[in-house]
Order: sequence, then C-alpha cells, then structure tokens
Amino acid sequence: MKVNKRSIAAFGAIAAVSALTLAGCAGGGADNGDSGDQESAGEITVWVDADRASVLEDAAAAFTEETGVDVKLVQKEFGDIRDQFVQQVPTGEGPDIAVGAHDWLGVLVTNGVVAPVELGDSAGDYEQVAIDAWSYEGQVYGVPYAIENIGLLRNTDLVPEAPTSYDDMIAKGQAAGTEYAFLVGLDPEAADPYHLYPFQTSFGAPVFGTGSDGGYDPADLQIGNEGGQAFATWLASQGATGAGVLNTNINGDLARENFVAGKSPFFLTGPWNVPAAEEAGLNLAVDPIPSAGGQAAQPFAGVQGFFLSAESDNKLAATDFLVNYIGSEEVQSALYEVGGRTPALTSAYEAAVASDPITAGFGAVGADAVPMPSIPEMGAVWQFWGVTEGAIINGAGGDPVELWNKMAADIQAEIE
Amino acid sequence: MTTPTIDRETAAETIKSKRSRRAAKIAEAAGAGWKLLLFKVVALGIIDALALYAALVLFQSEQLIPAILLLAITGIANWVYFSRGNLPAKYLIPGLIFLLVFQIFVAGYTAYIAFTNYGTGHNSSKESAVNALMLSAQERVPDSPAYDVTIVEQLGEFSFLVTDPDGEIELGGVERPLQPVDNAEIEDGKAVSVPGYNTLRFADVVANQNVIAEMAVPLSDDPNDGALRTPDGSRAYVYLSNLEYDEAAGTMTDTRTGTVYTDIGTGAFTAPNGAELRPGWQINVGFDNFVRAFTEESIRAPFLAVLVWTFVFAFLSVFTCFALGLFLAIVFNDPRMKSKKYYRVIMILPYAFPGFLSALVWAGMMNQEFGFLNVVLFGGADIPWLTNEWLAKFSIILVNLWLGFPYMFLICTGALQSIPDDVQEAARVDGASAWQIFRNIKLPLLFVAVAPLLIASFAYNFNNFSLIYMLTGGGPRDVAADVNVGATDILITMVYKVAFVGSTADYGLASAFSIIIFLLVATISVIAFRRTKALEELN
Repeated sequence: MKVNKRSIAAFGAIAAVSALTLAGCAGGGADNGDSGDQESAGEITVWVDADRASVLEDAAAAFTEETGVDVKLVQKEFGDIRDQFVQQVPTGEGPDIAVGAHDWLGVLVTNGVVAPVELGDSAGDYEQVAIDAWSYEGQVYGVPYAIENIGLLRNTDLVPEAPTSYDDMIAKGQAAGTEYAFLVGLDPEAADPYHLYPFQTSFGAPVFGTGSDGGYDPADLQIGNEGGQAFATWLASQGATGAGVLNTNINGDLARENFVAGKSPFFLTGPWNVPAAEEAGLNLAVDPIPSAGGQAAQPFAGVQGFFLSAESDNKLAATDFLVNYIGSEEVQSALYEVGGRTPALTSAYEAAVASDPITAGFGAVGADAVPMPSIPEMGAVWQFWGVTEGAIINGAGGDPVELWNKMAADIQAEIE
Repeated sequence: MTTPTIDRETAAETIKSKRSRRAAKIAEAAGAGWKLLLFKVVALGIIDALALYAALVLFQSEQLIPAILLLAITGIANWVYFSRGNLPAKYLIPGLIFLLVFQIFVAGYTAYIAFTNYGTGHNSSKESAVNALMLSAQERVPDSPAYDVTIVEQLGEFSFLVTDPDGEIELGGVERPLQPVDNAEIEDGKAVSVPGYNTLRFADVVANQNVIAEMAVPLSDDPNDGALRTPDGSRAYVYLSNLEYDEAAGTMTDTRTGTVYTDIGTGAFTAPNGAELRPGWQINVGFDNFVRAFTEESIRAPFLAVLVWTFVFAFLSVFTCFALGLFLAIVFNDPRMKSKKYYRVIMILPYAFPGFLSALVWAGMMNQEFGFLNVVLFGGADIPWLTNEWLAKFSIILVNLWLGFPYMFLICTGALQSIPDDVQEAARVDGASAWQIFRNIKLPLLFVAVAPLLIASFAYNFNNFSLIYMLTGGGPRDVAADVNVGATDILITMVYKVAFVGSTADYGLASAFSIIIFLLVATISVIAFRRTKALEELN
C-alpha cells in the first residue's frame, strides 16, 4: 500500500510538472497576445549585460520616480543579445530596449526588429562618429553610449617620443633594443583584419565606398583597388618572407604578455589591454597609429549603444528613457566608469578625456576612426579577408597582389 | 527443448495472467483508498485548471493548433488516470508527455523550418514586416524644427496641442490638420492646455502610448508637407514616409521613385527589376532548401571532399580510441600489473576536462613557433601542426585520441571484467595460445558488449563540432579556393559556415542540412546495428 501511495503521488508530481511545462510554454505565448490590451501596464523591459546593469539601475530608478513607468532590467550575455533579439522580437517576447553594438544594425534592420529612434536636436550633442555608426540608410537606430577603437600603446620608458610613421616606429623599436620592434596580435590562419585595418586605410583602401546618405555602399567594393594591392605587397614585405615584423604565431595573448614583459616598446591594441600593462607598472602613452602608406591610418570604431524594438508596445516610454536618461551626461559618465570606453555623448566624453590621458589618447585616435561597416554584406568580407592576409603574411600561396585580387573577386561574388 | 511448444505458451499465458491479476489487485488497492482518490482529484484538478488556463490564453492569441493539442493531451491524461484499467498507460503517460515536448516537438520543428525560408531578412510574419517597413520608412524631414507638444483629449479622441518654434500655438488630430488656437494656457512658453480638452498627464500618455505613437497629425491639407509625430509624447517632429502600403492590392510604393513593390510569393515585396525590400517574411518554400543543398555551387563544390573527410575522421577517431583504450584495458586488467588504481586515475583524467577547453589548450600547444610541442618536445622545430593541410588532419585525430581513449578504456575494462574467467581457463586447458584466446574468445565477447557503444561513438564523432571548431576552426583553408571551407571541416562545421558565417544566417538551409546529416547517421547506424545483431547471433 505504501509503495502504491508513493508511486501515485509521484505520478501526480510528474504530471503536474509536465502540465506546468506546457502551461509555461503557453503562458509565454500569452504575453504577445494580450499585452496590446493591457496598455496601462507601464513597464519597459531592457536587456542589458551584467556590467551595465548596475549603472542602469540608478537611471531606471530615477526614471520610474519621475514618470511612474517601471523599468525591468533583464541581464543577458552580451554576445547572445543580438541573436536572441532577432529571434524573440517577432514572437512578441523580446524586450523594448536592448544594449548592443552598432555593427549588428545591418542584421537587425534587415530582419525588421529595430525601430528608428528620433534623437531630435540632441543628435548634435554626440560625437559625430557615434551618430554615423548608429545610422543605417539615413536613419538613427539607437542611442550610442561608448566608442571603442584601437590605438598604438607605447612603453614610454623604452621609447620617449611618438613615432611619425610606420618606418619611424620600426626604427625606434629596433633602436630600443628589445626582442620585438612592434607587436600586434594575429591568428595563424586568419591574421587579424581588424587590427591591420589602419595600415590598409593608410594605403587608401577602405572596404566599401560611401553612398549618398553617408552610409557604406555595398555595391561599391573598394578593397581590391590599387591601394589594396599596394597594401598586399607591403604586408608580404613585413611578413615571414620579408622583415618578419608581422608574425602570425603571436596571437593576442602572446602579444600582450610580451608587451607587459617589456619585450617591445609598441603594441597595437585597444583599451581592453591597458589594465594589464598598467598593473605591470609600465609607463604608457597612446599614440595615433602611424601611417604605412602615406595616407591617414584610420582604425575601425565600434560604437555601443541601446536600440529600440520594432514591436515594442511602449514606444513612447522607451524612447523617453533612451533619449532623456541613457542620453544624459550622468548615465554616460557612469557607463564610462564601469566600461572604460570613451563616452559617445560629447560632454561626457570631454569630462572623461580631461581626467585620463589614456582615454584622451584613444579618443584622439578615435576622432580619425571610421565606423565598422554594419551592412550585412560585411559578413562576406570577413570570411575571405583574414585568411588572405594570413596567407600573404606567411608567404604562402604565391604572389600577394594576385591573392588580394582573388580575395576581392571572391567577396564580390559572395555579395552578389 | 523437450517441452512441446504449446505447453510453453500456456505456461507463459498463466504467468502473464497471474501478473496482470496481481497488477490489477495492486491498482485496485491503490484506487480504493479515499485519501488517494482525493489526492488524485486534487492533483488532476490543478493540472486541468492550468491546462485550461493555458488553452484559453492560446486561443486568445489565436494559436489554435497548440491549444487543441494541449486540450487533447489533458483529456487523455484525465481519461487514463480516472479509468480503472490502463495500468501501463498510467506509468507511461508522464514520460510520453516529456518525449512529446522535448524530443518530438524539437525534431518536428526542425523539419518544419527546413521547408521555410526562415533566416536573415525572412524572420517574421508579413504583418510585422509591413510594420517594420513602415516604421523605417518614416523619415524626419531634414532640418525640420522640433515642436513642443502636449497631448490633449476630447471625447476619447487625442489631439496634439503644438507650440511651434516661433511660439505659434496650433491644435490638430489625425484627420484634422493643424489649426491655430488662441485661447490656450501657456507655461514656460509651451501651451499646456486648451479649453474644452483634457490635458493628459504623462502616466495617461504612457497608458495610451500605442495610439499616440501611431498618430500622424498632418501639417496641412497637402500630405506632401508631412505630418507631425511624437516619439516621446513631449516633442514632435515633421515626418514624411517613403513608402505607401496598399493593403487591398498588397503592394508597397516608394513615394520618391514611384517603384511599386509587389508580393510575388517569394516572401518579400519585390520590384519589377527583382529588387527586394527588406525585411521580408517567412513562407513555406517546399523542397527548395534541399535542392539548394545539392545544387548551390558554394555548397556542392566542397561537399564531396568534406563528406569523405567526415567519414575518415569519424572512423579513425573511433578506431584509434578503441585500439588504445582496449590495449590499455588489457594491460591494466592483467593481475601482474601493480598500483593499477593510480594508473587508472591518471588514464581517466583527460575524460574529466571539458572537451572544448582541452581543444583550445591543444591549439595553444600546437602553435608553430611558441607551442609546447615544438619548443619543448621537438627542440624548437618549426612544425606547422595546424597550418599544414595533412598535419592539421593528423593533429585533429591525435587530439581526439587524447580526448577519447579514456572512455574506450573504461568501457573495455568493464567489458573485459565481465567475461568469465572459466571461459579463458577452459581455452587454456584446451591448449590455446594467449593470442588465440584474445582473438577467438575475448574479442568477440567484447564486441557483443561494446559494438553499440562504438556505433554511438561513431555517430558522435560524425558531428563532433566543438573539437573541429576549437582546434582548427575547419582550417587551414586553401586561399585559392572560392569558398569558405577548410581542410579539416566536417559536415557539421561546413553547415555552420554555410548557414551562419556568410553574409546572412539561413536557418532553413541549416535545418535542411541537419536533416540530411541525420539521415546519413541514421542509415549508417541502422546498417551497423544490423551487423552487430548478426555478431550476437554468431555467439
């Protein structure tokens, strides 16, 4: 009898759990159905990563106090947000606002899950590169908060003066007598187009040309132009069969280790590697990236910000929160404090630059930076770009210019 | 074998009827107690209430099929637990429900996606696509000023009370272009109320934000002047739309160029010249994805090479791991071996690390210039472990051997220990050599036990995505090749690249590929299991 009782209780429990599971699935589906009717809910949902959640809590509390609208912060892994947003917004279960990077825009707009945000007259209060980055086909799709770009990190004990050109940098690096004249993290197979891009632009070879609305034009692939070919030749000359400055066996971790150990005066990297160098007690300066091809060496800028769901039922409240709270100097400065990335709002940017020479250094390089293309066609570029650069640096695969032209043709074919 | 067959059947029947009688007795005893009945009623009542609520919610959101399914399942569950018989079903139903939710639904959904164009740009329903297109088509007229706006209400209808930058005060609604008013009350240079209308507080604005966000108040009778819209309820801007949606005809018209985009059944509004408006929406495309898997140049070209390597990789992985595992198991099973325990612990260590982490560590150790292998073991040699096509393949097998042999070692040890010693002794008495005992007695007995595991291991390695992805990323790639597929890519990593890494995600194609891979693995497994059955009968 006892056994039977227990087993029946177990059935009950299992059945209840399974029913709850079903009900859970169904309950989730319910939100999209009736949230349109519950207009007085007065709550906006924001997807945010752990770092930023703490800062936004204060802004959210202030917003709730002033407007009566609750702000629900949902923590997500930053890397997962884009795909989950694309998948969940159409089901009605997505958030009203999510944190993200500007280069997601192409995918988000193509999938119709983001809505334009009207910054109104406050658009002029942001750094130009941030607004450019968050614009897509002439519309601004979010509120930017931080700009991130690479710069040339210099160990001032080894080399006291900023280099004026790439050749000057190598000469200074060799004169310093360290093991490496210059460090940049590369991958054995895929090199690193992101870090090598400023050298490429210094030869006058951007990836895409710009269209009439100021955005990148996928129909105008520039990477294979004469400048690109010159860059390919230069890459080979710096690679394994040439000067050997660029070494694909030194990945990002090894490059950081060597720089921190004082084995090189120069390290081409972003703000994320500064803490390690500072902890090691190095005296640092951030210099503009020296030009290899004569023209300005423009790195990519990545701009982070918050975007608005196209299916949001709380557009007014969400827009108000975005423009007037996330776009405020307090929040932007607070986000800078936790993330260390240069703020996008000019007033917060100036405050940050005034207080920290390293930030000022990256900010100065960032003024020359170009937004990383956010058009979906960029995906086709990445998959050929790095492998070709790797092959050229390693001296494998033959003539660098031929390899470069082949790459441009492959990208063109993939885009079409 | 002396007993006639008929007798055996009767005997079996007697046992069976005895059993079912006993079961029925137990069930009756269980059902008889009023406490249990009460418990049953309450438990099922809760479940039914939840299911009913869920079904109502589903009906409300117009998801008819899931709602009907839910009700049907609940009905069946009720019938099973309240009827007197159906004892097996009482045990099976919870498991069946889990199977349905977590296995069959997932597999069925994958199959469903394989027949759609779900992917970047075809992400949602036509309705959301139209909504998104209309949203992004609303563009603020360049350099147009910002208007202060107060939302006012009269007889349930909202209006904008607008203070333009010059201080003019106007009132307008969706159907009524802006008209000047002169008796508005002004605060800080902004009109805040007007007689005859209620001014909305921010909370009221938020409560009605759907309606207000949709409002477009025409500036004048001429629609080309644009309309005022407010994104935040306190400021309004002049917007013009680039697109016009004709719901009856199902067409989108670009107001700047006059191009008409029509729904031609491809899941996107398409212009006569073939240009598509993005986003589009999800539609059923039949067998298109399967056809593409075999005909699209970028997929077909590397398909054969990848398929061959997938088989080679899966076979060699199983073979090498099994060979080493078996060898070690035999060695450690020998009674003459000392301190076996400690060796065994060391043997199993690689099994205890997460596989993808080990793969990453190995990738570091195989660095051509700074890796542990070249620097320490090969005295500074320059061996391109991961960047040479053949060495990379070798490295993959090697790392997988390191990762996989402990498992084979464990199961072989278990299987070996389950082989009775007297069988071997008998063979020895008959004068068989050690090799003969192994070859003719131990190995066949071992195979009976481990063959299913070998097949499972083959199926696992056939789809061993994490190892390939973490160790070589499918590379090295031939730069001369037109497609993004490397020397060590197996089917699943190729699918990943084709479906996700290119310019856009294509879930439909990826699902189709998953089904193709499933069919391959299933076919191989079925054949292999048939063979092992034959093996069992041999013994």
